[in-house]
Amino acid sequence: MADSSSRNLFAAFGHRLIEAVWKLGFVCRFFAAILRDSGASLRRFPLVIREIYFAGVLSMIIIVVSGMFVGMVLGLQGYSTLVRFGSADALGALVALSLLRELGPVLAALLFASRSGSAITAEIGLMKATEQLDAMAVMAVNPIARVVAPRFWAGVLSMPVLAAIFNVMGIFGGYFVGVTLIGLDHGTFWSQMQNAVDWHTDIVNGLIKSLVFGAAVSLIAVFEGFDAKPTAEGVSSATTRTVVTSALTILALDFVLTAFMF
Amino acid sequence: MCKKAALSRGVCAQVRAGPVFSATATRLTHTVEPDAFIELDKVSFAYGSRRILDGVSLRIARGKLAAIMGGSGSGKTTLLRLISGQVKPDSGRVWVDGQDVAKLNTAGLYAMRRRMGMLFQFGALFTDLSVQDNVAFPLREHTGLPDTMIRDLVLMKLQAVGLRGAAGLMPAELSGGMARRVALARAIALDPDLMLYDEPFTGLDPIALGTIAALIKRLNDALGATAVMVTHDVHVSLNVVDEVYFVADGKIVASGTPDQVRHSADPFVRQFVDGQPDGPVRLHYPAEDYASQLGLGGRHG
Amino acid sequence: MKRATIDLWVGIFAALGCAAVLFLALKTANLTVGSGSNGTYSLYAEFDNIGGLKVKAPVKMAGVVVGRVTDIRLDNKSFRARATLEMDKQYQFSRDVSAEILTSGLLGEQYIGLLQGGDPDNLAAGDTIKLTSSALVLEQLIGKFMLNAAEKPAAPADSH
Repeated sequence: MADSSSRNLFAAFGHRLIEAVWKLGFVCRFFAAILRDSGASLRRFPLVIREIYFAGVLSMIIIVVSGMFVGMVLGLQGYSTLVRFGSADALGALVALSLLRELGPVLAALLFASRSGSAITAEIGLMKATEQLDAMAVMAVNPIARVVAPRFWAGVLSMPVLAAIFNVMGIFGGYFVGVTLIGLDHGTFWSQMQNAVDWHTDIVNGLIKSLVFGAAVSLIAVFEGFDAKPTAEGVSSATTRTVVTSALTILALDFVLTAFMF
Repeated sequence: MCKKAALSRGVCAQVRAGPVFSATATRLTHTVEPDAFIELDKVSFAYGSRRILDGVSLRIARGKLAAIMGGSGSGKTTLLRLISGQVKPDSGRVWVDGQDVAKLNTAGLYAMRRRMGMLFQFGALFTDLSVQDNVAFPLREHTGLPDTMIRDLVLMKLQAVGLRGAAGLMPAELSGGMARRVALARAIALDPDLMLYDEPFTGLDPIALGTIAALIKRLNDALGATAVMVTHDVHVSLNVVDEVYFVADGKIVASGTPDQVRHSADPFVRQFVDGQPDGPVRLHYPAEDYASQLGLGGRHG
Repeated sequence: MKRATIDLWVGIFAALGCAAVLFLALKTANLTVGSGSNGTYSLYAEFDNIGGLKVKAPVKMAGVVVGRVTDIRLDNKSFRARATLEMDKQYQFSRDVSAEILTSGLLGEQYIGLLQGGDPDNLAAGDTIKLTSSALVLEQLIGKFMLNAAEKPAAPADSH
């Protein structure tokens, strides 16, 4: 009895593992197809612009507000820690470095995944469920070039912009708490930051991170939409999967990239 | 045996001699149409281990409007997908206007599809585009026509389905019948040689249903296109089509003209046309013996 | 009509992104001095001990940032630390300028302070600053203080 149930457990585990590897292979092939068909959609840039509007511009509110609050929290927490060591002057450096290296790219990508990634999945999944993708293919229009690739590239292009805006808003938030509320010196705040932050190691690497995250989230979002079961239930579970998989992927990629970069 | 086009049970075995479009190929119908526009030869298809089609052969002559009828899940829609090249047969061949669909590369397939219009079950209008942008979609994608000309063409197509006034609406604002008509306008935007209709009558009220049926007939005559309609709505489609194929269990079980169908003695056709609950198509899903399942054992042996 | 509004919004979005990157570059990273090759020249300075000096630390004269440390390595022959200083071209220094490693505040970051000498000739690019004094290393400082403190109690003991 116990033997057969444990065997079932192993079988179930093995089955899921095979499914996962299978899916991964399909993702790779799908990614290759996107890259292959990107030429046509990038030449028709208005398609990408439209998607940048939906993925990027409409995410701006949440990015701006969250960035502001994250910066303010960093300011408060950073100050209460730094002041114990008598280095409250380093608050600007702390806020800027935390944001530029880690929090900006990571949090902006997480927000992007839950705001735009899920929307992209739901949209493509719904187009699949209502046979719009089939209709397109039968009209001799490649749905990967017409629907998937523009959304993918819009996500890739929007992400660094959103991360940069998130960083700036965070720094303003930290400035607001540190200088306006707590009363640190305005000049010290900036100069400490300027001494600590390096254009290449901190800013460029942070933007590269967000570019990679943008590509990962966009790929997951379009893939889950394209791979969704063509039913209402299938679309909703695909949307959930997009957010969960994106979050895990972002954090894992962040670790790998950080190990390489800094 | 095929020549008399009698309504015969079983797959009408076609002996093809030479290339498909030689005019000497065996004729399925009694009409004077010389060549077949669509021809399926012993086509089998399965989704995984689930067998959908099992050795289907049929020919549809140029300019004819053919209906494929059968119960839900009988593989009718798969037939359409094979003709449009969305899926490839596991064995057998599909020819459309002399081209082996399964052998076409992507470019060839897309070239073929440009001459093809398809009306999907629920219209499949692009929800983010307005009615006129939906109809303009194939024109914008495939022709380099100037905007003003595309606009005029779109209005003409919409006029043909009686919805010129709805050009500015979004698909969400349309009723089911209107959406189907817009989809029809979109399908005929490029004046196709081949029209495919996937369950065009599903979920429509009687008036909308009659409208769609009349439009399909009229447009098909105007376009001179060959058309394949997958449906399970017997009575409406019998008034519209030129020939009918019945599909069950992945096989063509009967075929003929609407008149032959109406007067057929074939039990399957009778069950289908008259809508009887039990017949060759069983009411009951296969199950173990009723009495033994209820625990009334001992009496079944 | 609709296309134009979307274009406008995406344009605003892109402009905001560029502005944000520009802000980060100029306001947080201070990409003006000591970056790239425009308007800078290199000087070298050797120290017995650089303490906690880091690459990118500022070089200041009279409190004004005039350059940055771009490289620190150990000289294999003299076994002293050799720092490369990327100096702003608009500032020139006499040949006997002296460099010392200072700390901003008690626990703040370390930087190189320059003190102008009296030589009429100026240092050229690639020259080495001869007069240097090392960083104050806290352990050594405390060690010295403890030594003094240990000797001092001996004297009051005598006066008893």
